[in-house]
Amino acid sequence: MNILIAILILGSMCLLFGALLGYAAVKFKVDSDPIVDQLDALLPQTQCGQCGYPGCKPYAEAVANGEAINKCAPGGEDTIKKIADLMGVEVQPLDGSHEQDNTPKVAFIIEEDCIGCTKCIQACPVDAIIGAAKQMHTIITDECTGCDLCVAPCPVDCIKMIPIKTTTHNWQWDLHSIPINVLDNVIENTNMVKDQEGLTTSEVNS
Amino acid sequence: MGSVIERITRGHWWTFSGGIHPPEQKFLTTDKPIRNLPIPAILTLPLKQHIGQMGQLIVNIGDKVLKGQPLTRSQHPMAVPIHAPTSGIITAIENSPIAHPSGLSEPCLFIKPDGEDKWQNRTICADYKQLNSQEIITKIANAGIAGMGGAGFPTHIKVNVQTKINYLIINAAECEPYITADDLLIREHCSEVVDGIKILTTLLKPQHVLIAIEDNKPEAIKSLKQTTADISNFHVCVLPTKYPTGGEKQLIKILTGQEVSKGSLPSALGIVMQNVATCFAIADAVINDTPLIRRVVTVTGSALEKPQNVWALLGTPIHHLLTHCGYQAQEKPHLIMGGPMMGFSLPNSDIGITKISNCILAPSASEIPNENKEVDCIRCGQCADVCPSQLLPQELQWFAKAKDQQQLQKYDLFDCIECGACAYVCPSQIPLVHYYRIAKAEIRQQQVQDLKAEKAKTRFEARKIRLEKEKIKREEKHKKAAEARKAAMNSNTSEAKDAKSAVTAALARAKAKKANQDGTAQNSNAQQTVLTESNLENNTTSSPSEITPLNDKKAQIAAAIARAKTKKEKEKEKSLVQNIVKKDQKVLNKNKVDEQNNDTKNDALNDKKSQVAAAIARAKAKKQQKKQTEETKQKQVLLPEQQTEQNINISTTQSEQLKQQEDVKNKNLSVNNKAMVEKNVINNTVLNETIKSEATAQTHIEPKILSKAEKIKAAVAKAKAKKAQSEKTEATNILNKTDNKQEVRTLEVDIADKNDKKKRIAAAVAKAKAKKALQPTTIISPQTKESS
Repeated sequence: MNILIAILILGSMCLLFGALLGYAAVKFKVDSDPIVDQLDALLPQTQCGQCGYPGCKPYAEAVANGEAINKCAPGGEDTIKKIADLMGVEVQPLDGSHEQDNTPKVAFIIEEDCIGCTKCIQACPVDAIIGAAKQMHTIITDECTGCDLCVAPCPVDCIKMIPIKTTTHNWQWDLHSIPINVLDNVIENTNMVKDQEGLTTSEVNS
Repeated sequence: MGSVIERITRGHWWTFSGGIHPPEQKFLTTDKPIRNLPIPAILTLPLKQHIGQMGQLIVNIGDKVLKGQPLTRSQHPMAVPIHAPTSGIITAIENSPIAHPSGLSEPCLFIKPDGEDKWQNRTICADYKQLNSQEIITKIANAGIAGMGGAGFPTHIKVNVQTKINYLIINAAECEPYITADDLLIREHCSEVVDGIKILTTLLKPQHVLIAIEDNKPEAIKSLKQTTADISNFHVCVLPTKYPTGGEKQLIKILTGQEVSKGSLPSALGIVMQNVATCFAIADAVINDTPLIRRVVTVTGSALEKPQNVWALLGTPIHHLLTHCGYQAQEKPHLIMGGPMMGFSLPNSDIGITKISNCILAPSASEIPNENKEVDCIRCGQCADVCPSQLLPQELQWFAKAKDQQQLQKYDLFDCIECGACAYVCPSQIPLVHYYRIAKAEIRQQQVQDLKAEKAKTRFEARKIRLEKEKIKREEKHKKAAEARKAAMNSNTSEAKDAKSAVTAALARAKAKKANQDGTAQNSNAQQTVLTESNLENNTTSSPSEITPLNDKKAQIAAAIARAKTKKEKEKEKSLVQNIVKKDQKVLNKNKVDEQNNDTKNDALNDKKSQVAAAIARAKAKKQQKKQTEETKQKQVLLPEQQTEQNINISTTQSEQLKQQEDVKNKNLSVNNKAMVEKNVINNTVLNETIKSEATAQTHIEPKILSKAEKIKAAVAKAKAKKAQSEKTEATNILNKTDNKQEVRTLEVDIADKNDKKKRIAAAVAKAKAKKALQPTTIISPQTKESS
C-alpha cells in the first residue's frame, strides 16, 4: 500500500514538473542564440567576407559553432581579444592567411575611368556605391566600410582603396610622431621681423 | 536660491574637492598694459576656429578684402563665420598646420595686409536695448563669436536657450598660473565687458549674474565692482585662488554648491556660463558692429624679454608675437599654446592665432622642462587627492595603458576635464593627462566605428532583404511565365491537340524516314553485290561443265543455239531488267543494263556475230574475272589459274549468257527462297565472326607473302571469307529483294496496321542482322579485291 502511495505521489510530481517544464520551454523560448548576437556585435560589420563567410553574422554563427576566432582581418587583434573573452577561449594571433594591414580605408572610384558596368554596385555589401548602367559610379564615403570587395570585379581597374586621412577629428594624440623643431624657425622669423622693423639685437637686448 | 545669494553676499563659498596651488607667474604680464602690435606681414586664418563645422568660403584668391569683411558664411547652426582681421589681399587658400596639438593641416586662408587697415562699413548701434533678442543673436552669430575661454563653442547657440535661467555666471577666474589676458581686459575695458554682460542678460534674463573672479586680480575686482555697483542682481564673487577654479563644473560647484550631473549641460540647472572675453566680443559686435577679429593674448614665459598682453589680430603668426616680445633663443625651444596646465605644445611658430588662443607660453628650459622623465607609478595616491572631478587618476592610468576601454568608461574617464592637476603633483612625473587624452580619442574613435558598424549592418541587412525580395519576385515571374505557357497549351484544346498530334506525327515521320533510309542503304549495298556474286556463282557452277565440251562441235552448236535462245531471252529480260531497275531504283545497274541493251542491239544488227558485244562484255567481265579467278581458285584449288582464265576467255560469250541467267536466277531465288532468308540470316551472323577473324588474319598474312603454303592458306581463308560473304550478300540480297519486290508493301501494311507483330519483329530483326552483317562485308571487300 505504501509503495503504491509513493509511486502515485512521485508519478504525479513527475507529471506536474513535466508540465511546468513544458510550459516554461514554450513561454520563455529564446528566439535566437544570444551568443551569436553578442559575437555579431563585436565584429566590425565591414561585411568583407575575408573570414570566408558571407558577412559578419554568418561568421558570428560559425564562431558560436566552434569556428576559429582569429579570422576577422578588419577587426584585428582587438576583436580577437574580445571574442576570446566572450567565448572563454585563448587569444590567438590573427590567421596568417588573413593577415593584412587593417588601416581603415575607403574605396575611391577614378571617375573618368569608370565605364558604368555596375559590377561594383552588385559587389558592395552595404550599397555604398551610387550609379547606373553606363553612368559613372561613385562611392558614398561615409557608408563605405572599406571591405575591398568592389576592387576585384571592376573590369577597368578604376577603384582604389585610399587610407582614411587623419584629421583633427580622428587624431589619436600620437604626439611622438610630431617633430618639434621650433628653434630655427623661431630664430629665423625673429631675425626677419627685427630687420623689418629696423631693430638691432642690442636694442632688443637692452 | 535665497541661501545661495545670501552666502555669496556674505562671501561664503562652497569648495570643490582637490585642486592645486601652482606657483603664480602672473606677475610677468600683469603690470603691463595691453599692447597693440604692428600688422604682421601675413595672416594665417584657419577656416575653422571653433567646435563645430567649417563655414562656407565666400571669397577667392586674389580678392581684396576690407577689415571686418566676412570670409565665410555660416549656413549650419554650428558653423561660425570668420572675418578679415585687416584690409588686404587673399594670397592663398590651402592646407596649413593649425593651432591643434596634432599639428595637422586644415584649410587656411592667407591674407597679405595692405597696411591701410581700412574698415568695411559699420553701423553703430546706439541703443542695443531697442533690438529684440533674435536680432542680437543674429548679430552675435554674424560676428563669428565663439567661446573665447578655450572650448570655442558657438556663442549664439549658447545664449539661445529656452529654459529659465537662474544664474548667468561670467567666468573671470582665470586660474591658469601664467595667463592675465582676462585680468587686463577687465582692467582696460571694464565698461565694454559689463555692456556685454548686460546684452547677455537681455537675452537670457537670468535672476542673478555672478561674476566670478579669483582674489589674485585686485585691480580687476575693483573696476568690476565700480562698474556694476548700481546693478542690483550683479554679484562680483571674489573667489580664493585655487586651480582649477575656472573649470565650468568647478565654478558652478563653488558658487552654487550644485553639481552638473554626468552627461548634462549646466543649462539643465538653469545656469549659463560665459567668458569675460566673450562678453567683450559680444558688446563689440552688437554695439560697434565689429566682428571678432582680434583678441587679447598673453605672451609670456621666461624665454621672453618683454612678456606682455597684446592685442593680436586673428591669424597673426606666433613668431610675430614672440619677436615683439623679445624672444630669446633657447637650447630646446618649447612653445605652448594655452596655459602650462592645459595648453599644448606647438609644432612650429608659423601657426596663426585663433579665437581660442588666450596665451602663448615660451618657457625657458628650467621653467618647464620638456623632457619625459616618466617612471613607474608608486601608488602614492596624490593624484586622487587633487583631482577636481573626484576621479581615480591612478586607476585610469592603468586602464589607459592596458587600453581597457570598458573599465575606463566605468571609471568615468569622460568626466576628466584634463586640468593636469594629477600630472602636476605626480612624483613619478607620469604625463597622466596625455594618457587620458589618447584613451579618450581611442574611445571616441571606437564609438564612431561602432556607429558606423551599426549603420553598415543595417544597410547590409536591408540589402539582403532587398536581394531576397528581388529573387522571390524573379522566381514568381518565371513561374507565371511557365504557367502561362502551360495554360496556353491546355486551355485551347483544339490547338493543343493539334500541336500534340503534330508532334507525334513528326516523330512518326522521322522514324519512318529513318527506317526507309536504312532500307535503301541496305538495298543499294545488297544490289551492288547481288550481280557480282550471282555471276560468281554461275561461273563457278558453269565453268567445270564448260571445260569438257570445249572441243565438241556439238557443244558449239548447242552453244550457238543457246546464244540464240539467250538473245530471245535477252529481249525479254531487257524489259524485265528495266522493270527491275525501275522498281529497285537502281542506278548502279543501269550502266550494265544499258550495255546489255547495246549488246542486244548489236546482236540484232549483226545477227550472227556478237563479238563486239562479247568484247564489251569481256571488259565488263574482267572486273568480275578478278573475283571469278579467285572463286575458281578457291573452289578448284587444284586447277591452275591459267586454265580458268582460258576457260573464262573462251566462255566470254557465255559469261554474257550467264549474266542474264544470274538475273533470272536471282529473281527465282528471291521469289522461291523466302524460307532461305531466315536460314541465311542465321548463317550470316555465325559466319560474320569467322569472316572478321579470318579477314584480319588475312590482312596480317598477305603483305608478308612468305611461302606458298601460306599463300594457299591465305587463299583458302580468302575463299572462305568470300564464300561467307557471298552467302551473306546472297541472303541480304534475297532479303532486300523480297523486301523490295514483294514484302515492301506487306511490310508497310504491317507497320501501319501493326497486326502481324511477329512478322514485323522478324523482319526488323532480319533487317538489323543484315545491316550488321553488311558492315563487316563492306570492310572486307576491298581487301579481297586488293589481294586478288
